[in-house]
Amino acid sequence: MTQDQHTMVALVADRPGVLNRVASLFRRRGFNIDSIAVGHTEQKGVSRMTIVVNGDEATIEQVRKQLDKVIDVIKLSDITESSIVDRELALIKVRSTPETRSEIMQIVDIFRAKIVDVAPDSVIIEVTGDTDKIDSLFNLLHNFGIKEMARSGRLAMTRGSNL
Amino acid sequence: MKLNGAQIVCESLIREGVEVIFGYPGGVLLPFYDTLLQYPQLRHILVRHEQGAAHAADGYARATGRVGVCLATSGPGATNLVTGIANAQMDSSPVLAITGQVVRPLLGKDGFQEVDITGITLPITKHNYLIMDAGDVARTFKEAFHIATTGRMGTVLVDIPKDVFTDEAEFQYPAKVSLPGYKPVTRGHPAQIRKATELINRSLRPVIIAGRGVTLSRAFDELKELAEKAQVPVITTLLGISCFPENHVLSHGMLGMHGLAHVNMAVSHADLVIAIGMRFDDRATAMVSGFAPQASVIHIDIDPAEIGKNVRVDIPIVGDSKNVLRELCKLIEVNTHMDWLRQLDTWQHEHPSTAIRDGHDLLPQYVISTISDITDGDAVIVTGVGQHQMWSAQHYCYKKPNSLISSGGLGTMGFELPAAVGAKVGRPDEPVWCICGDGGFQMTMQELGTIAQERLAVKVVIINNGYLGMVRQWQDLFYGRRYIATPLSGPDFQKIAEAYGIRALRVTERGEVEPAVRTAMDHDGPFILEFVVEPEENVYPMVPPGASLADIIEPPVRQTLGAMPNFNL
Ligand SMILES: Cc1ncc(C[n+]2csc(CCOP(=O)(O)OP(=O)(O)O)c2C)c(N)n1
Ligand SMILES: [Mg+2]
Repeated sequence: MTQDQHTMVALVADRPGVLNRVASLFRRRGFNIDSIAVGHTEQKGVSRMTIVVNGDEATIEQVRKQLDKVIDVIKLSDITESSIVDRELALIKVRSTPETRSEIMQIVDIFRAKIVDVAPDSVIIEVTGDTDKIDSLFNLLHNFGIKEMARSGRLAMTRGSNL
Repeated sequence: MKLNGAQIVCESLIREGVEVIFGYPGGVLLPFYDTLLQYPQLRHILVRHEQGAAHAADGYARATGRVGVCLATSGPGATNLVTGIANAQMDSSPVLAITGQVVRPLLGKDGFQEVDITGITLPITKHNYLIMDAGDVARTFKEAFHIATTGRMGTVLVDIPKDVFTDEAEFQYPAKVSLPGYKPVTRGHPAQIRKATELINRSLRPVIIAGRGVTLSRAFDELKELAEKAQVPVITTLLGISCFPENHVLSHGMLGMHGLAHVNMAVSHADLVIAIGMRFDDRATAMVSGFAPQASVIHIDIDPAEIGKNVRVDIPIVGDSKNVLRELCKLIEVNTHMDWLRQLDTWQHEHPSTAIRDGHDLLPQYVISTISDITDGDAVIVTGVGQHQMWSAQHYCYKKPNSLISSGGLGTMGFELPAAVGAKVGRPDEPVWCICGDGGFQMTMQELGTIAQERLAVKVVIINNGYLGMVRQWQDLFYGRRYIATPLSGPDFQKIAEAYGIRALRVTERGEVEPAVRTAMDHDGPFILEFVVEPEENVYPMVPPGASLADIIEPPVRQTLGAMPNFNL
């Protein structure tokens, strides 16, 4: 069966262990998480998890149903098919020399990214965008030598009316 | 009213209708036990091992439909509960496990007898809590009982630090729970029910496969009405046994790996499977791709996550069995299915799976069927796991609703004796017969101490075949009869009984079975009957692992084995 990437948003009760419950569920049932991002929401006591998961149709259905069963999961939406804004933040530390610095800056400009730190032999680049954009930037920077990268995982929100 | 945490626990339990706690004390529980003295309406039963407390609470819950409560101290007490918790949760038993925990300042510091029991039980409970404030105790208990008993029932653990027991808080038992993330669906969708009705009306070869969900929702009458009105044969899973009277003409018995031959044939030829409160466990379906190949499937279950998990479903209906069946009964047409029912009878006649060989050998099947006759199918039967469990499923005629208590999902040896303790406490006026394997009995036989101390009139039957019989059977059939780690010696069970002050008899011949069973039945108190049975008797029919229901093997079997594929065990 074909594997598809799904983006789900779970509003969860802000209780100790809730991330553990979700992570434990994915591990135990063998679901593949691509990324998971957690943070506060506009509502007190409610956190928001954006979960990106890969699987065939039957697996994704199980992911949805099993997540919905977790008592601390207040609301679960699979927003893959909706019109959404999705963003990821990445910090990339790239090796740089006086000779390569301007070339790196050009690339950074094209991607509307930012250089947020400069050291004698490296720079840190901050970039926001969808996964593809970050992947392409990463690929372009690869030749210069990447020393470190940190990605936030995907955040997503449906456009217009609420989820 | 200001109360301490321990008092709030007791008050909460009383408000939830709890009458019994199966427990075992320890350091962090001292304040709780001391408080329990003030609440004589909460009967405490001291088990001999915390696993026994969890199984007893589970047995109690299964026998009564009410929440079974077990209690253990922190650390080893809590970890000893784990098997029992997993067992209860797998079979959707409404159980509440309460554990003591080290004082709050020591949490996370690996203090004496600290164990992260909420972490450990996270994947084996429906939900769990660590209470960090005495003011949260009442709300937590309210939620715990609500979660354990609604939707798909299950097991909830509440972990309470010692200083939460002693802290004071204002006590008011909440009238309502607020769990925005928990809204079980109990009413079936009318459109789905209509579609199901059409399928049922049109079907020529329907079968009902009823599972534990029918018992949990107490849908006995509704199931009967559906079966009778549409004349649909009723098949059960292991845990579905006794949700439909087995002396009813439409009752056909259990399907699956050790299901009756004609039942598995019926499923394999059916054009419609009406699955009610069952979850298509692999022991019931055998190889999924070969399961009911000609049938459409209607699946009624309270847990949406069970639908489509193992088997493709044509008409899913999420809801409580009782509600859904009631609606279905209103809509379906009266039918006869004469040819189909006759076909089942013919198969049953041609493949008499429950026939017992003549002769003098003391066959375990004969023991069970004699107990069935003498108790008139009216006892509550509790079993362990293994061959004796399958024989108990096949050879006892369960006439009374909810009269088989057995570990299905987890298949926990040693469940039998403590579960029988719970069953007898829950249903003191009914005969409770505990059918044990000699292996399983030796896993938890310390609970004879509980039986003796509480004077519980459990009739304990040990099917002593000198083997871990079910495993030996697989070695016999699939591993060239190379027996390793399955021959099992036992103590002198008569002396064990005597040591506990329990009366006992050993039976070695067929002719002695009936009088011995009568003696045990008539005795006013617990009784141990040891049957020294044919050691190498196998359970048949059997669907070999990796085969489909249609490929059932019946005895005699050894010569046909050569033709079988390499099964993936
Ligand atoms: C706790 C546990 N350990 C191991 C097993 C694996 N197992 C399944 S049946 C069985 C043999 C049971 O022996 P006994 O209790 O004597 O019952 P019999 O099959 O002989 O009737 C074993 C070891 C199990 N189900 N549970
Ligand atoms: Mg045995």
